[in-house]
Amino acid sequence: MSDDVKYQTLEHDVIVIGAGGAGLRAAIECSARGLKTALICKSLLGKAHTVMAEGGIAAALANVDAQDSWQTHFQDTLFGGKYLNNWRMAELHAKEAPERVKELERWGAVFDRTPDGKILQRAFGGHTYKRLAHVGDRTGLELIRTLQDKGIHQGIDVYMECTVTRLLKDGDRVCGAFGYWRETGRFVVFKARSIILATGGIGKAYKITSNSWEYTGDGQALGYEAGAELVDMEFVQFHPTGMVWPPGVMGLLVTEAVRGEGGILTNSKGERFMEKYDPKRMELSTRDVVARAIYTEVKEGRGSPHGGCFLDISHRGAEYVKKKLPSMYHQFKELADVDITTGPMEVGPTCHYTMGGIKVDADTAASRVPGLFAAGECSGGMNGANRLGGNSLSDLLVFGNRAGAGAADHAKKAPAPKMDEAQVNDAAKEMTGYFERPNAENPYQLHMDLQNTMHALVGIFREEKELSAAIGKLEDIKRRAKNVGIAEGNRMYNPGWHLCRDLHNMIVCAEAVTRAALMRKESRGGHSRIDFPKYDDHWGTHNIVIQKQGEAMKLAPCPVVQIPELKPLVDDKKAKEAK
Amino acid sequence: MSTRTFKIFRGDKEGGKDVDYNVEVEEGMVVLDAVHQIQRTQAGDLACRWNCKAAKCGSCSAEVNGKPRLMCKTRLDDFPEGETISVHPIKAFPIIRDLVTDVSWNYEVNKKIPPFTPRKDANWVMYQEDMDRVQEFRKCIECFLCQDVCHVLRNHDKKDQFYGPRFMVRVASLEMHPLDGLDRTKLLKNEGGIGLCNITKCCTEVCPEDIHITDNAIIPLKERVVDQFYDPVQMIWRALTGGNDGNKNPGLQQKD
Amino acid sequence: MAESNSILNPNGLGVNQRHDAWWLSPLLTFLGLGGFGVYSTWAAFQGAHYEWGPYLSPFYSPNIQKMFGWSYPFSFAFVFLWIPLGFRGTCYYYRKAYYRAFFLDPPGCAVGEPAGRAYRGETGFPFILQNVHRYFFYLATVVLAFLWYDAVEGFFFRNEITGQREFHVGVGSLVLLVNVIALSGFSFGCNSLRHLVGGKLDCFSCTANARMRYKLWGGVSILNLKHMEWAWVSLFTVGFADVYVRLCSMGIWHDMRIF
Repeated sequence: MSDDVKYQTLEHDVIVIGAGGAGLRAAIECSARGLKTALICKSLLGKAHTVMAEGGIAAALANVDAQDSWQTHFQDTLFGGKYLNNWRMAELHAKEAPERVKELERWGAVFDRTPDGKILQRAFGGHTYKRLAHVGDRTGLELIRTLQDKGIHQGIDVYMECTVTRLLKDGDRVCGAFGYWRETGRFVVFKARSIILATGGIGKAYKITSNSWEYTGDGQALGYEAGAELVDMEFVQFHPTGMVWPPGVMGLLVTEAVRGEGGILTNSKGERFMEKYDPKRMELSTRDVVARAIYTEVKEGRGSPHGGCFLDISHRGAEYVKKKLPSMYHQFKELADVDITTGPMEVGPTCHYTMGGIKVDADTAASRVPGLFAAGECSGGMNGANRLGGNSLSDLLVFGNRAGAGAADHAKKAPAPKMDEAQVNDAAKEMTGYFERPNAENPYQLHMDLQNTMHALVGIFREEKELSAAIGKLEDIKRRAKNVGIAEGNRMYNPGWHLCRDLHNMIVCAEAVTRAALMRKESRGGHSRIDFPKYDDHWGTHNIVIQKQGEAMKLAPCPVVQIPELKPLVDDKKAKEAK
Repeated sequence: MSTRTFKIFRGDKEGGKDVDYNVEVEEGMVVLDAVHQIQRTQAGDLACRWNCKAAKCGSCSAEVNGKPRLMCKTRLDDFPEGETISVHPIKAFPIIRDLVTDVSWNYEVNKKIPPFTPRKDANWVMYQEDMDRVQEFRKCIECFLCQDVCHVLRNHDKKDQFYGPRFMVRVASLEMHPLDGLDRTKLLKNEGGIGLCNITKCCTEVCPEDIHITDNAIIPLKERVVDQFYDPVQMIWRALTGGNDGNKNPGLQQKD
Repeated sequence: MAESNSILNPNGLGVNQRHDAWWLSPLLTFLGLGGFGVYSTWAAFQGAHYEWGPYLSPFYSPNIQKMFGWSYPFSFAFVFLWIPLGFRGTCYYYRKAYYRAFFLDPPGCAVGEPAGRAYRGETGFPFILQNVHRYFFYLATVVLAFLWYDAVEGFFFRNEITGQREFHVGVGSLVLLVNVIALSGFSFGCNSLRHLVGGKLDCFSCTANARMRYKLWGGVSILNLKHMEWAWVSLFTVGFADVYVRLCSMGIWHDMRIF
């Protein structure tokens, strides 16, 4: 192909990649500060995975339990994250979440109410008090729709069905992004002074996942390749309750709100097995504990017919269940022929969330690459070793807002971006190359192999032997990925072609997860080592930070960011939990 | 395990044809699973939109056996054994490729509707009975199946005169919000084209979220339009009492 | 590829890709409404056999002939019959039914319509008149009050020997009672009523008056949920009530006394 590729150029002050809760909130903040803001998303607007967040937004509003405070929320978040969280992020999150929730209401969100007309809050795993502001079991939809309507009327330029494949750099700093329109396959270059990554998780690297096709670790991989650091990548959250049957919906999320509203977990013998694993919190223990408990029950032969356990909410009565969990009711009725108002559902762990991601500054969400910011699931630090349910939506809002402010401030000071044609040509060549490979590797097959590898060898329970085997397999997959391509169709809306590039990102993230998991020789939160089943003091105060060095991945332990003034709160929580 | 034949439209705006694919069927499978299997094993470039696979995002809209449906919640065992299942893109919008259509018009319509604008005296105390009514409308996942099936858009192509059921639901969610301070009735009657709706209820029939689009959104909005523009008694009453018929919030601004 | 494009953009009456019997529902509606229309027109034109004993056909209520002793050059059914006719004709449910079954606009969901028609929906004459539905509701409520009066009267038979009014229950009394209950279920589930009693409020909880109207709205909403069913049941009962009275009056059928 010729050296001068045809592409369209669009110029903005700030571009936001990803239009879930974090991306939308960030874009709203940028444009509110008077900057020309672009919001780029792989799907249509409003379809991001945020819509799947069901249970609620954790915020210490103290509407239901008056004792609640940001301090307790902070303590709960750190306890849930097994003290590996960035303390400053947890602090900002706990302090600012209530304001972000109230702001949503002022933008038109309609939450469920308390009898005295305030926002209703429900109980959730790991939260000391009733803390989750919610709308039945479709809180994420309410959040994204509210932000979407706010955003489009504020003048954000939304670019739908556009995939970014490279960040472009001007020396050290980022100056733009290269991508293609899914519809036409034509190329586009976005010039910008600041870039916010808000692309979500990496769930599609796993076989059983609640994530959709979009969650291929784009932000993590783009950031990593542009020079940003990744942190906590070994911590992958398996949501304890995904559907296990029928096969087509395996992994589909069953909201934690089922347990929040009083759902009971039992095994095939009818035992309420959480008594063995966490007698204090029972079903409302943290997600890592419940997921491991279910996994263990199944492995030891006490599973349900389709390889999960039973979750029963029918004792709350049909009307209550339909009112508080309407989409769960429909999901099971329509997809599995199960009436959850009269009988139990079958559930099992599903890959749900990545605690790790791009390492960012707590206050501004800036990565170490000038001009590059990250928020939401693709950033790391806020959730430590394990995220509490409900903290994700509040994380999106709090740090989406902060990333927007940070990126806006940076854009106001930064000089105009200078483009390097060579980088653009290189990125274009990569994309057209997928059509030019005779006997190419089938991307769908390679994707399945990657998923099977991660599922079998880097799943809920890990050990050295398997992780080393996984590294070997990933090397093989990387080699095969160099020859991945597609013969069918052309550049117009061609999912096979799209997958070729997405695979690259998934492989980067899979390798980061595996290498970090191999390095962390202990069990903590979303990382359980059979060969090191206990907590380790050294690892209890260190995060693993990953950066790109040449073609290799360099890993190093790095002390947890602590704040002396908050030490008493943390010690207090540790003492309470030790009892 | 058995096999089933799918007739799937392949093509773009230049033209296209139905192509038959045989798919291995397993228990509990939905149409979207079949499409994925075809992508994986027979046609890597088969274009289709999907995201959550749980009927929560509204991406995978298509016409299955001629009916507008979400592919992710259309089970194969709903169809008689051996019946060929046809899958076509939604008809009311221009085709891009295979099962993907250009639905951008909908996003343009949304921009024309003035967003939630709180009353100046809003104290943010709201009660569940007021929320219930609005929350039904907020369930909308924007699958645009109602837009697709609405004959005003589908058969008469009145996209320049009518917002379509999805945006009647959107306006209803704003108009019935207890703290919203705008009045969009005039907008509904004019640009919104609510009079073009002849309440034949197909939108309600296809709604995967079971929103009673016609009875709870469109008809109540039509009645509000009647209040303002067709009911002589109410019009005289408003003229006599200075615009307040005792039902509306004070200080409403008219938007057109 | 012109011919293949027609796969996606077929137009014209009845063109569709549905595999089910989509035509059945509009056909039944056509037969049901058409049959009732033919029968009721015929029955209204008769001007005879509309009462027997204490029973009065709902088509001829109120019985102004009896009340005022006037005689008309035509069947007096027409003096008031336009009211329930207008009420049903502008009813949101019936509109759906006849737009589909009679105007084929559309004949079914995702089914093609006759090509080349200009479509104006309810924005121009005559269908813009549908907006007066609430006035037909007001008037129909007055007629309904007479029908309740008639239904109650249907329980008071004149003793042929003593000439006294006596309370009895005949099959016809029940026919009239069931009819007026069905008609009430239909009338009070009216979409316009639902709007007027409370639906038009933006806030149900803001004032004491609004909270009361919220309850009324809730009540009407329950009936409204089954408005279609009430529409058909009451259409059937009103026709049947006329047939019953007519057959008794013509001596073809003998009313049975239950009590």
